[in-house]
Amino acid sequence: MRIRTLSTLMAIAVLTGATGLLKAQTTKPAKETTTRPSVDEIVEKTNYVSYYQGKTGKADVNMTIVDARKNKRSREFTIIRWDEPHPKAKKLSDKEIEKLPEKEQKEIEQHTGEQKFYVFFHRPADVDNWAFLVWKHMGKDDDRWLYMPQLDNLKRISAADKRTSFVGSHFLYEDVSGRNIDLDKHELVDETKDYYILKNTPKNKKYVDFAYYKMWIHKDSFVVVQTSYYDDQGKEYRRYNALGVKNIQGHPTVVKSRMTDLRDKSYTVMQYSDVKYDVPLKEEIFSERYLRRPPMQYLK
Amino acid sequence: MMNKLRTTICLNVVIVSMLTAISHAQQGPALPPGLGGDDGGTDGPTLPAGLNGDEPGGPSLPEGLGDDEEPLPEREEDEKVLPDWLDLTGFWEVRGGVRTQADRHQKDASVGETRLQLKWMKAWKKMSFRVTGDFLYDPVLDHHSVDLQSGQGWFNLREANVSFTPLDWLDIRLGRQILTWGTGDLIFINDLFPKDWISFFIGRDVEYLKAPSDAIKLSAFSDFANVDVVYVPQFDGDRYVRGRRISYWSNTLGRRAGRDAVIDGDEPNEPFRDDEFHLRIFRNLEGLELAAYGYWGYWKSPGGLNPVTGEATFPRLNVYGASARKQIHGGIGNVEFGYYDSKHDRSGEDPFINNDQIRFLVGYERDLPEVAHDLRIGMQYYLEWMQDYEQYKDALPTTAKSADEFRHVLTFRISKQYLSQNLTLSMFAFYSPSDSDAYLRPKVSYKIDDHWSVEFGGNVFFGAHPHTFFTQFARNSNVYAALRYGF
Repeated sequence: MRIRTLSTLMAIAVLTGATGLLKAQTTKPAKETTTRPSVDEIVEKTNYVSYYQGKTGKADVNMTIVDARKNKRSREFTIIRWDEPHPKAKKLSDKEIEKLPEKEQKEIEQHTGEQKFYVFFHRPADVDNWAFLVWKHMGKDDDRWLYMPQLDNLKRISAADKRTSFVGSHFLYEDVSGRNIDLDKHELVDETKDYYILKNTPKNKKYVDFAYYKMWIHKDSFVVVQTSYYDDQGKEYRRYNALGVKNIQGHPTVVKSRMTDLRDKSYTVMQYSDVKYDVPLKEEIFSERYLRRPPMQYLK
Repeated sequence: MMNKLRTTICLNVVIVSMLTAISHAQQGPALPPGLGGDDGGTDGPTLPAGLNGDEPGGPSLPEGLGDDEEPLPEREEDEKVLPDWLDLTGFWEVRGGVRTQADRHQKDASVGETRLQLKWMKAWKKMSFRVTGDFLYDPVLDHHSVDLQSGQGWFNLREANVSFTPLDWLDIRLGRQILTWGTGDLIFINDLFPKDWISFFIGRDVEYLKAPSDAIKLSAFSDFANVDVVYVPQFDGDRYVRGRRISYWSNTLGRRAGRDAVIDGDEPNEPFRDDEFHLRIFRNLEGLELAAYGYWGYWKSPGGLNPVTGEATFPRLNVYGASARKQIHGGIGNVEFGYYDSKHDRSGEDPFINNDQIRFLVGYERDLPEVAHDLRIGMQYYLEWMQDYEQYKDALPTTAKSADEFRHVLTFRISKQYLSQNLTLSMFAFYSPSDSDAYLRPKVSYKIDDHWSVEFGGNVFFGAHPHTFFTQFARNSNVYAALRYGF
């Protein structure tokens, strides 16, 4: 065969293949006849799945912090969470809620409002039995307390800095308790077979270290699979990845995740075990009484 | 011709690779195990074929982090030194310090000891036990026989108590325990629990500022208000400066004194007769913490002098006070006051017993993310106002140095963390404009790893007049270092 013909045939083959690949990306899958949710709906649903599933939650957390020189440190703690119920549900029992129309029931279940977190540390040795309490508020600063048993000291802590490291890891306080969705402008910049891709730009640049961040949100479950943070030059410098997801009591739960500092390749891996939802926790547990007397039935 | 073919093939390969890369990037990150395509039944989505979640390599790495990346670390189990069933934790520490100037009444070493602390804790839903003990070898003090009350000797029992909840609204803790309340930062107005000032001044860990109480604490909780009552059957005084390792100003001698004139204290020690009551009524009103306090007992550090024997005395004292603490503009603001009712000298005419006092505190502490992460500053203003001042001055012997009616103290705290919060630089300063003296506590601490940590610091006292509260310790200024292994 002549060389020119061979080249032409190869070129055609490549281009056909390439076009096929491109088509596969841009053709919408056949099942997508349902309307795509609005950006606001995606953001709310994602926020709900990340931080609000179940009325209460409990998890044992193990963090492995790996620095740029590959030295490892670990943090072990138990975290319990209580969500403030929807105003409609406050005076109603569970049975009464079940009798409401489905739309109202869903509204109550998916309510995202104030929360309370109690973190009880096990390791390392210098923070053993320390207890940390956060009352997460909407529209005003969180309230935080730290209890150190060896001094019987209940210290109240300023919540001015939400974007500082949580216990020396790559996860920030805001990553652990949730960033208020009203702080950013949200845009749906792309969509693939599996993901909604959002670009989020902060409304107030003063208190954040990123210019914008992108989230890859799994369409079926609304689990965030990756978050990339970009600096003023548009370079990605920090990345979150969900590494393992389990269905626990009907809730898709990230049980293993990683936060990486791309500048020096240091990272923290966070692993959740013994995750439980709708634990019978009362709001009063998130108070001074239980900082001084840890509720061991939830914290072992 | 062959060259032309080669070029064409290379070009095609490049185009295909680029297109593949573009298509991958548009696909987004690989789905983690648990989201791999199928919606799954009640057990949840099955892991993709070929991927077993228990493999040490972990799930496949997302695109963009490269092939040279190491596999994810195994769940890092902090190597436990002791088996879990022992329920024992603790630390071993070596600490040494020297005075920065000579004091002829003291040794050069301010602290030099090795300590092993063991903590045993066992907790169930409604009951728990806690025992904490220190084994101490302290050649500087050179007093090895054990005295559980004063905490001296080779064994120091810090905690030995049982906690239980007999009723839903009532918590009880009985035994030896550390107790703290009040809103001040190293300033105590309504916290009349015993303090170990010696440990504080010589550079031991700040944990040792609080000495244990042998007491029963009852805490009752309700929607309206909560109440703490602490009954101490036998007076637990401060571990105050006597001169054995820190020199002090002696009004009687008119100079600084130390080991040559160790203070003899006549502590009330009759069980059930020389007892103390502490009370706190408190409530958290949506973030505003309010409290009222009461104390019926004795001055904790010497509050008087027996003119005949020269012994330090601890006259009766009642304290009534209140406090409030709230978050303001991202920081924590607090205010507290207390009325010190020196029962045996209400008129102020007895020169050998402290007068009544009013104590007041206002403070503010805040993180400063506007400047840097992990930066915190705090400031306080503290006032001691002696009551019946005229009577005090009239009764004072002419040779004695008089105290001011108003003693003002400002405190300043700054701390900054570096290296992922493993390195902490901090400074706490007391400054009294009325006494013209100051006390600085600089410190550098570094966590080498999850077990080892090291600390360097100082206690620096200086001022214009040798008899004022901080300046009297000027010759005790010291620097110290400590190495600790926690387990």
